[in-house]
Amino acid sequence: MFDFLNRYDLLGAFWVTVQLTFYSAVGALVWGTVLAAMRVSPVPLMRGFGTAYVNTIRNIPLTVIIVFTSLGLFQTLGVTLGAGSFKTIDFRLAVLGLITYTSAFVCEALRSGINTVPIGQTEAARALGLTFPQTLRLIVLPQAFRSVVGPLANVLIALTKNTTVAAAIGVAEAAALMREMIENEAQLLLISAVFAFGFSCLTLPTGLVLGWLSKKVSVRR
Amino acid sequence: MSPPTVLYDAPGPRARRRNAVSTLVFLVALAVPAWWVVQSLADKNQLEWAKWRPFFTDSRAWETYLLPGLENTLIAASLAMVLALPLGALFGIARLSAHRWVRGTAGTVVEFFRAIPVLILMLFANAAYAQYTDVSSDSRPLYAVVTGLVLYNASVLAEIVRAGILALPQGQGDAAMALGMRRNQVMRYVLLPQAVTAMLPAIVSQLVVIVKDTALGGALLGFSELLASVRPLSANYGANTIASFTVVAVVFVVLNLTLTTFAGRLEGRLRRGKRSTGAVVGAHAVEELGTPGEHLGPDELGGAGGHSGR
Repeated sequence: MFDFLNRYDLLGAFWVTVQLTFYSAVGALVWGTVLAAMRVSPVPLMRGFGTAYVNTIRNIPLTVIIVFTSLGLFQTLGVTLGAGSFKTIDFRLAVLGLITYTSAFVCEALRSGINTVPIGQTEAARALGLTFPQTLRLIVLPQAFRSVVGPLANVLIALTKNTTVAAAIGVAEAAALMREMIENEAQLLLISAVFAFGFSCLTLPTGLVLGWLSKKVSVRR
Repeated sequence: MSPPTVLYDAPGPRARRRNAVSTLVFLVALAVPAWWVVQSLADKNQLEWAKWRPFFTDSRAWETYLLPGLENTLIAASLAMVLALPLGALFGIARLSAHRWVRGTAGTVVEFFRAIPVLILMLFANAAYAQYTDVSSDSRPLYAVVTGLVLYNASVLAEIVRAGILALPQGQGDAAMALGMRRNQVMRYVLLPQAVTAMLPAIVSQLVVIVKDTALGGALLGFSELLASVRPLSANYGANTIASFTVVAVVFVVLNLTLTTFAGRLEGRLRRGKRSTGAVVGAHAVEELGTPGEHLGPDELGGAGGHSGR
């Protein structure tokens, strides 16, 4: 009954899902932090850019963004992101699309974290004569990050599930393999159960571990 | 003039100078990639007026491709919402049941569907309709998209319903109990009607998520929604891929911003309302609902009550 599973590289497909999640998560964390810093900065132009970016990107479907990276960026404009083979190009484009989309949510999570830092902290920092970048880097963000582990975990889990959209541009991750297997094999229920189980294995422990971590590191107030 | 946040003081002369320099540097940092984008667009002839004109002067691009696509997007989204709402309400209430096995079963189902990607559900539904039913292959994509969305969003809505009921002040349920109502009467006559109002902002926000997810059907199941209109558009109007994508993205943004703004207004009215209990499931709470195992804490709920486990 399970024999046909051996003909497919299940673990390989889920490994691609994990890789997509990892690179996108790192990229989105960096870019999202920069965006959050822009959104609270004293420079109006940066604030405007941050707000416009978040409000635009959050309201465009991820599918549109990812399909655009392939049809628009690659096929029309010839952007290859320094990759040689089609396989790597698609993978990198998918990561780019996921970073673009996810960073907007990271930014919003961080901004809500910045709002939880008590006013006294920043007032004290300013009274000490710290500049805005110093206040942000030394006082506000370290506390904000600790209080947003929970919300960031939600973003990470949403990202894990969102990597399936990369199937739309031919990245050989789990959802793409599922599509292929459904077409070739008869055991629809079994195949679906395997993939549902695979994704539960990725999302449930992440949620549990990060939920535990968020309780551990959160600042008691 | 007070500063917009507590993070920095109202700028003095030196800070203003520094801000001006930062603005200039940032402007350059924006201009370089912007210039690169314009250059590469021009190189590939994507800026020619002929490629953009169909959207502005020719109503056929809208009538033939964009509006039917938008219509399908809206049909799928509203069908999914209408079907998911009662299902979500059922599971949300079941999760608050006094019977452990009802609570447990509903909880497991809800957590399961929140743990797996909606695309997996859509792919499954698509193949299931093909194998086990005689739904015609023309309407199968719509069925598959809506089924996938309903399964996923019913579990999200179940959480919203549960949070909405828990957000109500404890006194509401207690008073109803004191009047001698049965459990299901308390739920039907007292808690649910108030919870529905409290949930409205979150429900409208969830509609944004649903609208965005319909695009999956366009890319992977051959559902002819808004995103799917890009290919025929660029095929018919001289490979205007960039222009088509821009227009589709703008339509999505306008549609979703309208919904988000509406949800925000609704939330504001509910929070300020004198006659309501002030209980509200906020629009921003929705992002946390896609996570298995995650429940809305007292922070996300505006209720005067704030209590655990009824």
